[in-house]
Amino acid sequence: MRRYDLAIVGAGPAGMAAAVEAASLGVSVLVVDEQLAPGGQVFRSVESAAGDPALAGEFLDAGGALARGFRAALGAGGGIEYSPRTTLWHVDLEAGVISVLRDRRSEEIAASRVLLATGAQERPVPIPGWTLPGVMGAGAAQILLKTAGAVPGGPLVLAGQGPLTWLLAVQLLRAGAGPITMLETGGKGALWDAFRAGGLWTGRRLLTKGVGLVREARRRGLRVVRSVRDLRAEGDGRVQRVRWAGGETACDMLLLHEGVIPTTHVTRALGLEHRWDEGQLCWRPVLDEWGATSHGLVAVAGDGGGIGGWEAAAATGRIAAIDAAWRLGRLPEDEATRRAAPHRQTLAAALALRPFLDRLYAPAPEVLAPSDDATIVCRCEEINAGQVRHAAKLGATGPNQAKAYLRAGMGPCQGRMCGTTVAALIAQERGISIAEAGALRPRAPFKPLTVGEMAGLPAEAE
Amino acid sequence: MFVQRPEARPATVEVFVEGLPVLLPEGASAAAAVLLAGLPAIRETPVKGSPRLPYCMMGICFDCLAEIDGVANRQACMVPVAPGMRIAPQRGARHARLEAEV
Repeated sequence: MRRYDLAIVGAGPAGMAAAVEAASLGVSVLVVDEQLAPGGQVFRSVESAAGDPALAGEFLDAGGALARGFRAALGAGGGIEYSPRTTLWHVDLEAGVISVLRDRRSEEIAASRVLLATGAQERPVPIPGWTLPGVMGAGAAQILLKTAGAVPGGPLVLAGQGPLTWLLAVQLLRAGAGPITMLETGGKGALWDAFRAGGLWTGRRLLTKGVGLVREARRRGLRVVRSVRDLRAEGDGRVQRVRWAGGETACDMLLLHEGVIPTTHVTRALGLEHRWDEGQLCWRPVLDEWGATSHGLVAVAGDGGGIGGWEAAAATGRIAAIDAAWRLGRLPEDEATRRAAPHRQTLAAALALRPFLDRLYAPAPEVLAPSDDATIVCRCEEINAGQVRHAAKLGATGPNQAKAYLRAGMGPCQGRMCGTTVAALIAQERGISIAEAGALRPRAPFKPLTVGEMAGLPAEAE
Repeated sequence: MFVQRPEARPATVEVFVEGLPVLLPEGASAAAAVLLAGLPAIRETPVKGSPRLPYCMMGICFDCLAEIDGVANRQACMVPVAPGMRIAPQRGARHARLEAEV
């Protein structure tokens, strides 16, 4: 069995930064990542997209620099083993062994410490008709642009809110997509509420970037409709139009976005302690200031520990790497504290604008718990909101019970898409908080694998 | 629905989506191939037979399940295209098959 000091899961900003930092401290590192190339989702395919003018700006500049730094550390023979196209499917917390799948073959690998840098996913946006072909996450369209240079060809509606909607609108318009209509779902009072969160001065660089994107989008002809409510996608066999309270428009594609949330699938499956974040309206693992979880083997860095963006992710990656080096006896405690200090400053600056953004783009209650009973909540098992409400009336106290009643969360995605919506609907029906309704407890394998892929594991040595 | 921009990303890898040749840039996924081929659905759900196309493109939603090179139920957004790859929609649930039939 191969053995490493530190196994890092994910090669996004957090994973890459953690690997480079850890290797520089003499820690042997394995980086496993599901993608072909480093970058994570935010800098997906950044190396091969270098020639695409539509992606010019922070993506190519900052993302390119991070990937180059990571590649340089690999090339230097500096103790990083990088394993792309590799999926984590189990962690044995007692033994300190991870199970991964690569090229359809499984392998067990021993690690003294495991750093989960698995990033974020888009918050599911369950509206009527969101399962129709032609409706996608906004992030999905961005991934197609980054990985294939492809853009939607016909009239496009981008509905929801968040920094990504403006960035994506600009990138798609630069790439010749459109016409694009943006349906902004934000509430009217959100801006004033957001101003009260503060952080504008410290976060002014990010804020300036955002204002620049809004200006460019408008200059390039983005049509914007504000304060949109009661969104629904309609069409025969695929989306053909979008309706909302007081309006409708024909379209070839609908892209939905209500921000991103941490991917907590693995951390929840491992039974680590989590808390419901009322500010970001999502579950996050409970972490100390070094990224350590409630279990001594596992740390979390990056957006998987709470949404902060790529700069915060890279800083938390470096901090977690320094902590790993200290735990492995490669650094005295005072040296670890000293080395972490500049990254803590970077982190604080990167997070300064976050409370403002969280309030400005807080999803409406309707996004968390759709009011129309016919809205599909669990895409895999095709369970609608009405069925979940009925299960709550029958006594389901949370998503784990509802799963047994309805199969919601039992399909191939294992509740990644429906878990929080089911909890929010039950909470609403029972008059409790989402935190009280709880989160789904997924189980290994974290991603489906065939019996053959599992049976191919080498026999355990006696 | 999706169109390529060969001036930005040359398409060099040929795959077959339901037998039809599609050229894609290296690093694109099998799910991207289905979207670019213009198929009405990448899968039909096991529960109600509803048509679906990829939703998240990042390995979360499992709505892009497809049959790739004869293997059913693969997450097409997580499989990079390779020359000659054969991609077909996943219709309903996966069925056990004898090796000889594959």
